[in-house]
This record gives sequence, structure tokens and C-alpha cells, in this order.
Amino acid sequence: MATLPLLAATLLLLSTPPAAPGTGTSGDPGPVDASRLHTVGAAGTFTTITEALAAAAAGDTVLVAAGVYAEPTLIVSVPLTLIGEEGAVLDGEGERGILEIRSDSVTVQGFLFRDTGISFTDDRSAVKIDRVRFCRVEGNRFEDTFFGIYLANAGDCLIADNDLSASGDRETRSGNGIHLWYSVRVRIEGNRVRGHRDGIYFEFVEDSRVSGNDSRGNLRYGLHFMFSDGCEYRDNTFARNGAGVAVMYTRNVVMVGNDFDDNRGGAAFGLLLKDITDSSIRENRFRRNSVALYAEGANRLEVESNEFVENGWAVKMMANSEGSRFQGNNFLGNSFDVSTNSRRAYSTFSGNFWDRYRGYDRDADGVGDVPYRPVRLFSLVVSQNEPVLVLQRSPLVFLVDLVEQVFPLLTPANLTDPEPRLLPLPNPWRIPS
Amino acid sequence: MGTVWKVFHYQFRDLIRGRALAGYTLFFGAATWGLLHLGGGPVRALPSLATLVILVVPLVSILVTTTFAYGSEEFTELLLSHPVGRGRLFAGLYLALTVPLAGAFLLGLGIPFLAGGGAAGGLGGMVALGVAGALLTAVFASLGFLIAVSVHDMARGAGLALLVWLALAVLYDGVVLVVAHQAAAYPLERIMLALMLLNPVDVGRVLSLMALDVSAMLGYTGAVFRDFFGGATGVVIALASLVAWAVVPAWLALHRFRHKDF
Amino acid sequence: MTVSADPATLEVRGLCKRFDSRQVLDTVDLDFQPGCITALLGPNGAGKTTLLKCVLGLVRPDEGTIRLGAQEVNGQGAYREEIGYMPQLPRLPGNLTGWEMASMLDDLRTFTGTPDEDLIDSLEVREEMDKPFRLLSGGTRQKVNAALAFRYGAPVMILDEPTAGLDPLAAMTLKEKVRAERERGRTILVTSHNLGELESLADQVVFLLEGRVRFAGTLDSLWADTSQTTLEGAIAELMRRNGRREAGAESRTGTVEGTPSMEVA
Repeated sequence: MATLPLLAATLLLLSTPPAAPGTGTSGDPGPVDASRLHTVGAAGTFTTITEALAAAAAGDTVLVAAGVYAEPTLIVSVPLTLIGEEGAVLDGEGERGILEIRSDSVTVQGFLFRDTGISFTDDRSAVKIDRVRFCRVEGNRFEDTFFGIYLANAGDCLIADNDLSASGDRETRSGNGIHLWYSVRVRIEGNRVRGHRDGIYFEFVEDSRVSGNDSRGNLRYGLHFMFSDGCEYRDNTFARNGAGVAVMYTRNVVMVGNDFDDNRGGAAFGLLLKDITDSSIRENRFRRNSVALYAEGANRLEVESNEFVENGWAVKMMANSEGSRFQGNNFLGNSFDVSTNSRRAYSTFSGNFWDRYRGYDRDADGVGDVPYRPVRLFSLVVSQNEPVLVLQRSPLVFLVDLVEQVFPLLTPANLTDPEPRLLPLPNPWRIPS
Repeated sequence: MGTVWKVFHYQFRDLIRGRALAGYTLFFGAATWGLLHLGGGPVRALPSLATLVILVVPLVSILVTTTFAYGSEEFTELLLSHPVGRGRLFAGLYLALTVPLAGAFLLGLGIPFLAGGGAAGGLGGMVALGVAGALLTAVFASLGFLIAVSVHDMARGAGLALLVWLALAVLYDGVVLVVAHQAAAYPLERIMLALMLLNPVDVGRVLSLMALDVSAMLGYTGAVFRDFFGGATGVVIALASLVAWAVVPAWLALHRFRHKDF
Repeated sequence: MTVSADPATLEVRGLCKRFDSRQVLDTVDLDFQPGCITALLGPNGAGKTTLLKCVLGLVRPDEGTIRLGAQEVNGQGAYREEIGYMPQLPRLPGNLTGWEMASMLDDLRTFTGTPDEDLIDSLEVREEMDKPFRLLSGGTRQKVNAALAFRYGAPVMILDEPTAGLDPLAAMTLKEKVRAERERGRTILVTSHNLGELESLADQVVFLLEGRVRFAGTLDSLWADTSQTTLEGAIAELMRRNGRREAGAESRTGTVEGTPSMEVA
């Protein structure tokens, strides 16, 4: 195992400057230039990383052996590759940020970053990437860092396969795991984030991609992004976060194949959409969330082929949302399928599967002959007066809902699914039997 | 204690030989089996089962108890002509009815669940449902006995029993709904919690909801309830409410039974 | 007040009971002696059943005392060891058998003596005792009911319509049993609608009307008092007499034989 980082370092050395994201790590094989490799550790050239960084020139590699390094905040100001061997620990001792990247094309990998302490004034971070491009942070671990990886004004960076865990117990004592501010074309891939305030945070980020990450058990949002147009979120898992995932003030968002699980509690949402326009939400799975999909001021959404299972509310649409289409979704075991605070419907539902549907299908085309009305009167009552929720499953509520089904007076009369499916629809989460 | 046991022993024997009790077991057996096998496994079936239990157990318990108490009045007189203390006779009759009723319910619920390998999923929820159902049996048996010793006429007693059931199972929640609507401007969570704890049917319903239906308790209200029922104190208070609903009417019934003219 | 030495002497003094606005028993004083069969007579609602229930402790009197030998009837159950009660066609738990019923009562009484099973044989219900009650005919149930009542050889027997539902042969058998018990010195109270039966059985008659004792004495004194020779006639006479008086002068005071002087409302 111990030789592996060295091997990786060797490979990285071959391409100068280190590969930008997307170009891959492969380069021409060739001899390692020993003068460009700086080793740090008991048996190394340097005993501190600070010294090694001072000595390194552009394109060099700094290889750090196992050991705990508690040094002043490390500043990388030339393009280089910084590699930690197994057991290389960068310790902030609860006092300071650990590493700042101030040059393009820096790669950091293999380290354990720990204990930055808490500071609000300087956004205390384990790794801070500021005003640079083509950086990579890969395969590191972060323990009890305030902010884990902090990017500001960055571009074309890759943040991959890192494992960040904080043990914050209060939002105010904890920073974000992966934090992006004013950045473009960043890829966040395969990271695991736990116990931070927000697992992944985007503000003013464009054309970026978040995929294959697992963000769970964070105090506030598993993913939180605002003013970040044209971003894509694919195949991530967001689970057990204090408030789920929040997506705000953004257009052209694509969310595909994500898993939103167990986001429960006072104000928890699987996915909260606020002022979102022209976005696509497809093939996601929402399980056991207080509110799976909450939309406020969200317009022209395509919500397709998602799986809503055992949520409190599967879909909660506020009246200021319009022009959205819900098609081919499966609704199973939710307390409330659809809820709205309006007596009119501004979105359309068609061809979904609703497990509460009790209609028939005489021509056997798989589509029910009677439209389905997914809004229960009780859900309307509850959305106006939440504490009434405790009457769920009371016989009285069954009566109330029954009456409303027969004589719809208060629920939106035009909110129906005219083509309800009789069987759950196949989607990536559900292999048809 | 001897007398209580003897009365219980023979009365119990009489009851379990009857078809009604077996029917009751079969009803819950069929419902549990059906929901488990056709309703998509324990996680999905249990909430529906809970709804059924919360509705049916109180109704059956109070009706069976009142009709039993009226029906056995002559037998009770006969027993009282022997050297038997009234309090002990009452205790024996009460237990002889409550224990088989609760037992029939638990068997009906438990056998298909355990036989169907349901133990893998939702055992905790099933236990909660069983406890809630058994305690509701005791509560409504107590109420039934209280009605039977308080109202002389059987038809009126049975009518009153139905009314009590309707009031606690349905109308009470209607009143809560109206109260909540009127007071919507105030923070209601604590009040709702208190209102739920006052009604045995609601206690049973909320207890099984908390244990069974992860999606049912949402938002801030859900969080308040979760905090309350998540701790031992909350569960103890809820159980204490059910026990009080069983003990107080039973005690009143016992008091009336002691001083009753037959 | 004298305390009888004989535990089977039943003494009722000043018994009053009111249900709501109705005075069901009004200052009833009666003595029932061992070795004597007393017929309790009166129209429906006269207070016969309430009187019996007071003796059994099923109804709590408003005023007055009941003593059984040296024991006072005061809500404690122990005195009922001395009483055998045959209720009127009771509904018994349908799934229990006669024997189970018998052993239940044995248990409840903690009875360790030899039970009196004469009636089980003489009424020929030994086999029926193995069947659950719900399978028995009304007559058979009444036979079992009788057998259970006499089972403990209690010094005081209270029989409420004992022959109701019995065929004539069984009724005869039961009456013979009652007479035999009298010979053993039991104190026996009987109510019945069958006046002929009572006439052939009773030594004494108590006539109740509207909660008051209108007559209490031997059959002979009843004949003498009413100038009648049948119970039917005597009762009719007693009812006529009391009816006329009540319809006549409201404030008139009078006495009825066998009872102390009473105010008439």
C-alpha cells in the first residue's frame, strides 16, 4: 500500500503541468526526474512541508511520508502536486486553516486533514482554493474541519473521492463540507460528506457537475445551492440531513438519478425548490422524507419518472408555482401524495402511478378510466394548520376525505391525473417484474 | 384473591368455548394475514392494520362487555347469593372478559405475523400495536362495565356504549379539529399533544403511528411528537393515560357494583 | 331485641326500601322459623322479590335490619353460607356444564362437606349435568338449578318460583324434597304463582301488597281471618279489603293481622 502513492506521484510527474480535470491523468511514460521530487518526513529531504513547498518549483511533486505535520498554514503558490502517503496527517491543532492553494494546476491527494478549529471571520478551511484554475483535490480525508474544501472564484477544478466528516452538533459551530462560491466548471465526484453544516454548498456557481457523492447526516442541507445556473446533479445520495436538499434562485438545473432518503424533522425536505425555472428532475428516488419535493415559485419543471416512496408529503406545490409537468412518476405509501395551498392547480399531472388509485380499466390499456384526484382535503387542512397533522389516520379524517372525494368543494377541482396508471411504472429504481 | 381467580377460571372457560371469541381472533387473523400478504409486506401493511385495530378493538370491546355484563346479570345474582364478596366477584368477571378479549386480539394479530415471517420487519411496530390494542381492550371493557352497572336497561346501555365509542373514536377528533381551526393563530403543538393524551383512542392511534408509519408524523408538529414519544417519559405518560382510562372507569364500575341493588 | 340461638331463624325488622319515588318495602317486620315453610304471596310489584333480595344481600335496605340467627345481614357475604337460593329460571353461562357450575360454586363456597345430590338422582339429571347449559331444555335447566340450590344443605332455603317450567312429575319430586328439608329443620321461603301448590306446601303465609305486610300467619288463621277455604279466595279477599280501604278513607288507621299497628298513608 505504501508504494501506491509513490507510484501515483511518479505518474503525475510525467505531465507538466498536472492534468486539468477532464484531460485525465495519463501522460507519456518516462523517467522520473529525481530533482523534481521533494520528500518530506523523517527519512526525507525535508522535515516540514513548509520547507518543501518553499523549495519546490512549478511542476514539482512534494511527497509527504507518514507522520503528523502541524505547521503554519501551508501556502501553495506554484503549480505542483502534493501527495500524502498513507498516514500523512496535516493537523491544524484547532488553531488555523491547513492549506491554501494560490496557484493554478495544483493537485492535493492522500492526506488526512484534521482539526482546523472554528473561525467565522476567515472561513476557516482545511483546503482553500482561491482565484485559481485546474486544481484537483482527490482521495483525501477530512476530520473535524470547519470548512472542508473551500473554493472561491475557482474554475475547472476537480474535487473527487474525498471523505469529509465533522462532528458538529450545532449549525453555528460548523462549516460546509465542500463549499463553492463564484466558481465555474467544477466537478464534484464521489465524495462522502458527513456532519457538516451543509454537505455541499454552491453559490454563484455555473456549469458545474455534482455526481456520485454521498452527503448524509449534515446539520442543515445535504446540498445547498443558490444562484447557480446550468448545473447538473447526478446519482448522488442525500440522506438524513437536517433539512434535506435546497435548490434556490436558479434556472436550468438538471437533477437525475439522485437518492433523497430519510430527511425528516421539523423543516426537512427531500428536495426544496425555491424560485427555480426550466429545470428537469428525473429518475430520482425520494424515500421517507417529511416532504419529498417542495416547490415554491418553481416554474416549468419537468418532473418525470421519479419514485416517491413513504414520504409524508410526496409533492407540495405552492400556488406561486406554475407550468410544471409531473409525468410517469410512482407514488407509493406516502401520507399525502400532492398538497397545495391553493384551490387552483397551475401544474399538470399525467400518467403517474398512485397507489391510492381505486379506479378501473375496462379497455385494459394500463391506464385508469377515471381521473385520480391526488389532493386530499385533510392535506389542505394540514397545510393551513400543521398541528392538525396528529389526527392522521383518525376515522374522522377518513370520513372527511371521503366526503371531499365525492363532493370536491375545497380541493382544486382541476388538479387531477387524467391518465393514472394501474401499475407502477418502470424506472431505474424499479425493475419491472 | 382466591375468589377472583375462581370466578375468572370458570368464566374464562365459558368464554373461550364460545364461537364469538374465536370469530374475533379469526377476524384479526384474516385481516393481518391479508394485509401482510396482499398489502406489500409488513412496513406497508402495518399502518393499515393499525387503523383497523384502533377502530375495531374499542368498538368490539365496549359492545361485547356491555352485552356480556347485561347478559350475565342473573348469573351474577346467583353467584352473589353465595358467600362471595362483590368486589372480588367483579374483579373476576372483569378479568375473565378482558383477558380473553385481549388474548383473542393478540393471537389474531400475532399468529399470522409470526407465521408469515413478518418478524423480520416491523417487530417493534407490531409490539407497539399489540400493546396499544390490548390496553384499548381494557379501557373499553372498563367503560362497558361502567355503563352496564350504571344504566339499568340493556337497550339503553348498548346505545350508550355505541355513543361512547363514537364520541371517543370519531367525534372527539372532530372537536379537536374545530378547536385547532379556531386557535390556528396560536402555537398548538403542545395543546394538541395534551388533547391527544386525554383520549385513549388517540393515544393508541398516535402510539402506533409513531411506531409504524415513519411518514405520518411530519414537520415541526411531528418533531414535537417525536421528541415527546421518543423519550421514555413520553411513552410512560402515554401508557399511563391508557392505564388511567382503564383503571378509573373500572374503579367507578366496581364502586357502583359494590353498592348496586340487583 | 332477642337473638335467636338457632342459626336458621330469620328475623326481619322495620325493613324499608325505596326505588326512586316508589316505596317498595314499607316497614316490614317478619319472622321465619326453622322447620317451617313460608309462602310469600302478593301481586307483581308487591315487594316479594325485593324482600328476598334484601335477605340475600342483593338489595341494600334503606332502613331496618335482617338477622340470620346471631348474624346481622350488613353487606358482608359470610352469612350466605347459611342460605341456599334457587333463583327463577336463571340464565347461566351457556358453555359450562352442570358439573362445572357445581364445582365452581363448591370452590366459591370453599365447600368441603358432602354435597346433597338427592335431586340430581330423583330429577334424573345426572347425565345432563355433563352437558353445557346452552344444549339443555328450559325444564332441564330448572332441574339443574334446583339441584344446585339444595346442594349445600343450607339451613335457610329461598325458592323463587321453584316449579316454574317443571313438568308435574318433577314438580312433585321437588315438593317432596322441600318437605323433607322442612323435616330437617330448614327455614324455607317460597314464592310461586301456583297457589294450589303453595296451599299444599306452606305452613305459614305472608301476604305483601304495595310494600306492606297485609297478612302474616298460619294457613288456619288465614282461613279464619278471611272466611275463605282456598288461598285463591283468601288472597282475593285480602286484596279487596285493602283496595276498598285505600279507595275509601285515606287517613284511616288499621291493622293487618300478624303485623304491628301501622300508619296508612
